[in-house]
Amino acid sequence: METNICIAGFGGQGVMTIGKFLAQAVTDSTELNTVFFPTYGAEQRGGTANCFVVIADGEVGTPKADFMDDLIVLNNPSLNKFIDTLKPGGNLFINDTIVTDEIKRDDINIIRVPGTEKALELGNGKVLNVIMLGAYIGYTEVFPVDVMWSTIEHKLAKKASLLPLNKAAFDLGLEYGRKNK
Amino acid sequence: MERVLMKGCEAIAEAAVRSGCRFFAGYPITPQNEIPEYMARRLPEVGGQFVQSESEVAAINMVYGNAAGGVRAMTSSSSCGISLKSEGVSYCAMARLPIVYVNVSRGGPGVGTIQPAQQDYHQATKASGNGGFRMRVFAPATVQEAVDMTYAAFDYADKDRNPVLVLADGVIGSILEPVVLPPQKTEEEVAAIKDSKSEWAAVGHQLGSRAWINPGGWDNILYENCNKDADAMYQSWADEAEAELYKVEDAEVIITSYGISARISKSAVDALRAEGIKAGLVRAKTVFPFPNKAYDAINYDICKGIVDVEMSIPAQFVDDVKIAVDGRAPITTVLRSAGNMLSKGAIIDAAKAML
Repeated sequence: METNICIAGFGGQGVMTIGKFLAQAVTDSTELNTVFFPTYGAEQRGGTANCFVVIADGEVGTPKADFMDDLIVLNNPSLNKFIDTLKPGGNLFINDTIVTDEIKRDDINIIRVPGTEKALELGNGKVLNVIMLGAYIGYTEVFPVDVMWSTIEHKLAKKASLLPLNKAAFDLGLEYGRKNK
Repeated sequence: MERVLMKGCEAIAEAAVRSGCRFFAGYPITPQNEIPEYMARRLPEVGGQFVQSESEVAAINMVYGNAAGGVRAMTSSSSCGISLKSEGVSYCAMARLPIVYVNVSRGGPGVGTIQPAQQDYHQATKASGNGGFRMRVFAPATVQEAVDMTYAAFDYADKDRNPVLVLADGVIGSILEPVVLPPQKTEEEVAAIKDSKSEWAAVGHQLGSRAWINPGGWDNILYENCNKDADAMYQSWADEAEAELYKVEDAEVIITSYGISARISKSAVDALRAEGIKAGLVRAKTVFPFPNKAYDAINYDICKGIVDVEMSIPAQFVDDVKIAVDGRAPITTVLRSAGNMLSKGAIIDAAKAML
């Protein structure tokens, strides 16, 4: 088993955090191997940011595979840049609120999540990434939901006041993921 | 053993501290900034010293000074920054100072890109400065290997009294992977390491038994004798070259590489095997000394060709492969450079074309 995931969006949307949380959960709570590979330009906010996560039961080879099993896109440029790297039958998770470009493939599964909209409804646009992460775990169950949440909880330990907001965002995402199965 | 998720650069820095490194000087450059950043926080915790120097030249000379004082000392940089350190590394080699330095290499030549590449191979293995000195050069393919090699590098440096280079790349430096960290040397062990150097190090001697840390001199005969001693040491390393042989025995096509490229190559070998194609991998773990003997394990009666894979245009690693293979099989190359990643597919296609 080897799952290759690409997460892409604008700098500041929390792309790297999704990838790091996935890799951290794998490291802490499973016997699986993982690699997190970030790529970014020189920009901080507003530039493009993307990262690759590999989850495997054996040795991880290429940190950035030629083709992806799962693609999580948070903005239009990322959709257009990476859509052709998704394997036939692969899963595309889109932040449906702002990813509005036409998806020119009919051989993939599309999981639409109104991430930005729901994050703003929850009162903080920054939880977009946690919603998308919830949707990803809910749909793929690449590892158990509890494992993911306990990692988020652990990572946010120093900002405990943010836990309820993130829990709400994660659960909302989970629901979208499960609903789309 | 507990595994922790660490970024390559930070894991290298932690491994150095655990190996007893107590001085680091460096100057910022992407993609290795997390090494000095980590050291700035970590070294004071163990009574070590961190200096963000005014330049790469200053950093390597501060490392020279600390190594001369018997302290395990390190610097790091990336590609063009490593070029700036060349003079100081050569001085360390002549003065027979044990230092460790890390090149988290990026695209080049010139200023280069900030993305990963392997374009410093010849510089690393053949001419890291003037004068023809040699060093052990380790090429990690995973974060775990980067940790283990950095940890061991300090022992090799002390054993040889010579610089050691860890030749990483921007991928190894920036990925996060689970690693098992080696044990931290105790303060007593660190002190004992320093004490073991007191015979030659500038640590304060009685009158009449002065320590000379000398990067040069005017006596031609003496100088040549130093070169002969160093050469004998370089020759003695030949049997210590390290390589990984993967599914080589029955291979009809061999992929050969090092560092991050070898890791991608290994997954290409698995993909080829899954298609029923007998592919194998020869991976250099030390690129100096070069593991020539590893290439003798190839069965040249059935091996139809060798694919050299590296993130460098023009190819460089291939020059050493040619010497090791010595005409026993044809060699082709799969190359990228300037911060562009290799694709597994391109390696698979090249391997199939050899059959």
